[in-house]
Order: sequence, then structure tokens, then C-alpha cells
Amino acid sequence: MTGFTFVEKVLAQAAGVTQARAGDVLDIRPHRILSHDNTAAIRKLFEQIGVPRIADPERLIITLDHAAPAPTTLHAQNHAEIREWVQLQGIRHFFEVGRGICHQVISEEALVLPAEVILGADSHTTHFGWLGAFGMGIGRSEVAALWATGELWLAVPKTLRIVLNGALPEGVTAKDIALKIIGTLGVDGGAYRAIEFSGTTLARLSLDERPVLPNMMAEFGAMSAYMPPDEVVFDYLRQRTTRPFTPLYPDADATYDETVTFDVSALEPLVALPHQPDNVVPLSEAYGQPIQQAFVGTCTGGRYEDLAMVAQVVRGKRLKARLLVVPASAQVLQRAIATGVLADLLEAGVTLGTAGCGACMGNHMGVPAPHEATISTGSRNFKGRMGTTDAPIYLANPYVVAASAVTGCITHPADLV
Amino acid sequence: MQTTHTCHVYGDDVNTDLIFAGKYTYTLRSQEEIAAHALEDLDPDFVQRVQPGDIIVAGRNWGCGSSREQAVTALKWSGIRAIIAESFGGLYFRNCINQGIRPIVLAGASALVRTGDTVTLDHAAQTVTLGGQTFALPPLSPSVQAILDAGGLIPMLKARYAKT
Ligand code: SF4
Repeated sequence: MTGFTFVEKVLAQAAGVTQARAGDVLDIRPHRILSHDNTAAIRKLFEQIGVPRIADPERLIITLDHAAPAPTTLHAQNHAEIREWVQLQGIRHFFEVGRGICHQVISEEALVLPAEVILGADSHTTHFGWLGAFGMGIGRSEVAALWATGELWLAVPKTLRIVLNGALPEGVTAKDIALKIIGTLGVDGGAYRAIEFSGTTLARLSLDERPVLPNMMAEFGAMSAYMPPDEVVFDYLRQRTTRPFTPLYPDADATYDETVTFDVSALEPLVALPHQPDNVVPLSEAYGQPIQQAFVGTCTGGRYEDLAMVAQVVRGKRLKARLLVVPASAQVLQRAIATGVLADLLEAGVTLGTAGCGACMGNHMGVPAPHEATISTGSRNFKGRMGTTDAPIYLANPYVVAASAVTGCITHPADLV
Repeated sequence: MQTTHTCHVYGDDVNTDLIFAGKYTYTLRSQEEIAAHALEDLDPDFVQRVQPGDIIVAGRNWGCGSSREQAVTALKWSGIRAIIAESFGGLYFRNCINQGIRPIVLAGASALVRTGDTVTLDHAAQTVTLGGQTFALPPLSPSVQAILDAGGLIPMLKARYAKT
């Protein structure tokens, strides 16, 4: 008998069965159930089911991050309904406006640990693979069902193994690796499958870079994505929780649907052109494209190191385009203040937003006007994503986004010096 | 029993933002409001054209992107009864089932018809006919069939709790 992949093992555990194979349908009990500004709508669905109370409120995590602080009265009403629900149901893991983006906050609070399962009403729940956990996005009805029953059916996915070898060149980041994978294999390259990352590159990635890979696998159609956790991850978690955990690794002789290998040592900065994340070209082919706004933020590109990369580029410079910086969390912001990164950003003329999703999905401050182009460290450049279909979005790593803000057109950071 | 449906045909990689834009997701609540913005950024005339009972026929990766369920409900509340595509975004596929909309995976479907053509579903024989060709519908697992039969995940749970 051959060995098991990570998803086969982790989902068997979560279902309370001894073993499972790709294709098996299991009723699993997730450790965590995530929702955010969509919680009020989920509450309405839950109330239709006819169960008065949430089965296990300890498992719930709720953040107000997608349109925070509320930009309109309607958004404020939505938040008010969620706060009332949190009170009524006694939900302890609730994070207010300003604390940050759900995926970042949950990582910082160590509410998800290796080998745990989190299901969330958010497609980027794949994020938690960076901790060696299983994270998957689900729909609002499924969250309501989980609140009522604590269980959900899942078909165990097949696994695509992505092997990353080599050290990244200077100025090239995990964002470029993600764009390379999606650009090479397409936005449905991971469809219906789970991803397992491996290879020599992983251990070289910093804590802030690691989540980029599983996070952006949502743009690849993947159900979930996993990175084998190491001591660096364990240290991060031990500083934040005393809850015990036992990491889970795939067997050496596991059966994979497919294995693809990338050597990242010759990778160059990449840009995803409008309107799809797989519309990827080398930076040289997007060079000179005028942009009116640069956006640094989101669960993909708003961590401390992203801000530090931007500061490194804009320090002592003046900006030709608007540069909006929205930290992924309040802790990211505090660190940027402590190290002087924030002062450098403000000195250069950056606009600072409240920690949260910011302009990512057209719900909050920083939306572009029609015909204004944005270059973003985010993960998604769908047509209309930032609020209007006439505003094209380019995706790139933080160095390129910062350099483009300096010149007002898509630029290689090396050309600034 | 056979039913005939008028179809609306779309291409590959139609994402959830095109089906229901993110800027509306936290403020629009009623079925009418949500349906009024279906496919707004891809096909602005869709909401004028669509009739109850119509179906969508699409290319690869229909509904990729966000987990937002309104990308299914906006179509459902516009009158769409089924969605045929070469493949679906994984979350979208689940959302369809949970909303009682049957997602039908059919290779080559979007090349066989144009918007306005008729598609026939034979519910007894479990076949679909489009562009003069008849195909067997892909079989469903019992748990998925049970959700569809109940009209969706929430109605299924509602019926279950009403009994106990
Ligand atoms: S930052 Fe953007 S992609 Fe991430 S959770 Fe928020 S809206 Fe979604």
C-alpha cells in the first residue's frame, strides 16, 4: 500500500476515521470556522435552519476587515448586526475594525495550528497552509450549516505537488513565484486539487513571505495548499500560544496526481496584466505602462516585510503616482512604526489606510476612477475588482509596485538608482 | 419528464467578480436587489433578457475566484435553473449544489450553442440535448443528490431539524 498525502491524512483526522484516500467523501469537523463582514448574511441563513444556538461558538472566528471602518451607513448597519450576533451567541474570537485582515490576524493570534482544519467563508482561507494546516474556502450556506451541525461533507481532493528549488535572486519575491506558477499553469491549473509545496526554496522564505504561496493558490483554483512546517513556524506559534500541536507531513511514498518542479534561482520580477492573475509577463514586457495609483496591502502583500521593501525603494524619493499603503494588521503597523519604516513611507508621501482589506475589493477607500490604472501587491486583478470595470489592475511584487509609484509608470526598481 | 430552456452562452474563466461584483457583497440583501446586478460587468443586458427557467452554458472554469455565494444566488434569483460548463471553480461548484442549482460538467458544451438557443433536459433519462447532440448527465453522489432534492443545503437542514 502506498503512503498518504497531507490532505488524505489531515482530513481523515478531522473526520475521525483511520484513513482516507482522494475521492472519499467525508463528514469533517473543522477546528475553526471563519467569517468576516459576511457574518450578518450568514446569520440570516442560520436563522432559517431553525436551530437557536451555534453548536460550538468556541470554534468560530469573526473579523471585521473587508469594509472597515464602515465607509457607508449600510456597511455600518452590517457591522452592527454582526456585533449584536457576537454578543448574543457568546463568540469569543471576535476581532474589531482595525485589528486587521482575517488571515493575518488569525495567524498572529495562533488560532490555527499545524494539522488543524479551518474552513472559512473566504476563498483565501487556503492561506493557512503556511502553518501546515488545512484551510479551504466555503460558501455562506456552508458556514451556516457548520454553525448548526459542526460538520460538513468534503470530497478528499487529489494532490498536485509543486517542488520549488533554489534561492530567489535579489529583488524577486514569493509573489513572483506565485505569479510564475499561475502564469505557467493557468487560473484553473489547480482546479479541484490540493497543493503540496516542497523543495529547497521553502526554508529560505521568511515568515512574511511564506503565506503568499498558499494564499495565492486561491487564484489557481486550488481547494487548499500546504507547506511542510519547520522550526521557524513552530517558534512563531510558540511565542503566541501554549496550545500543543503535532505537525503532520505527507508520506515519502504518497501518490500524487501530478508533480511540477520550478527552479526559482533565475526568476525575474513578473507582472500580471489585466484582467486575470494568469496573464503574466516578465516585467520588461509591462515596462513603461502608465499607472495612476500604487496599492500596497491585502492578505497577499500587506505584511511588515512588504512595507519594508516599499520603504527601501521610496526612501528619500518623491512619488509621481499615489501610493496607498494598507497594513495587513495592527501588529504589522506597530512594527513598521517601531523600525522607522512607517516614517520613511510617510516622508515619501504615502497615504496610510486602516489595517484591513482596504481597496482590495472595491468596498473601501482607495478605489480608482474610471481609466485610472492601479498596480497592486494584491492577488486578484479581475475586471471591476476595485469598483469599476474601466480601471485596469496590474499585480506585481512590492519592489516593483513601489518603483512604479516613484516614476508613475511600471518600472524596475534597479532603474531608480 | 423533459424540460426545455433558453440558454445564455459565455466563455472561459468567467470569475465571481464578473458574475456578482465585490462592491455589492455586504450591502445588498434582498433577492431582487442581488438579482438586479447579475453578470453586470460581463453582460449588462443579461438582466433584461433573462427569463425564469433559462440556463447558462459556459466554457472552462466558470465561477473561479471568490467564495461569494451571491455569484450563484444572483443567477438563481434571476431565474436561472441550471448551469452547464466545461468545468467549474471548485467553491462555485459546491455553492451551486448548496443553492439547489445543478452544476453540469460537459466538455465542449459552449461551442455547440449560441445565446438564445434551446437546451433540453430529460430528467428521467438523465440526459441533456444541445446543438442537436444528446449527452448523459454526469452522475451525482447520494449526498449531493440529497441536497439538490431538498432544494439546497439550508432547506435540507431546515427539514431535518423540523422533524426532530
Ligand atoms: S485582502 Fe482582499 S483577498 Fe484578502 S481577504 Fe481581504 S478582500 Fe479578500
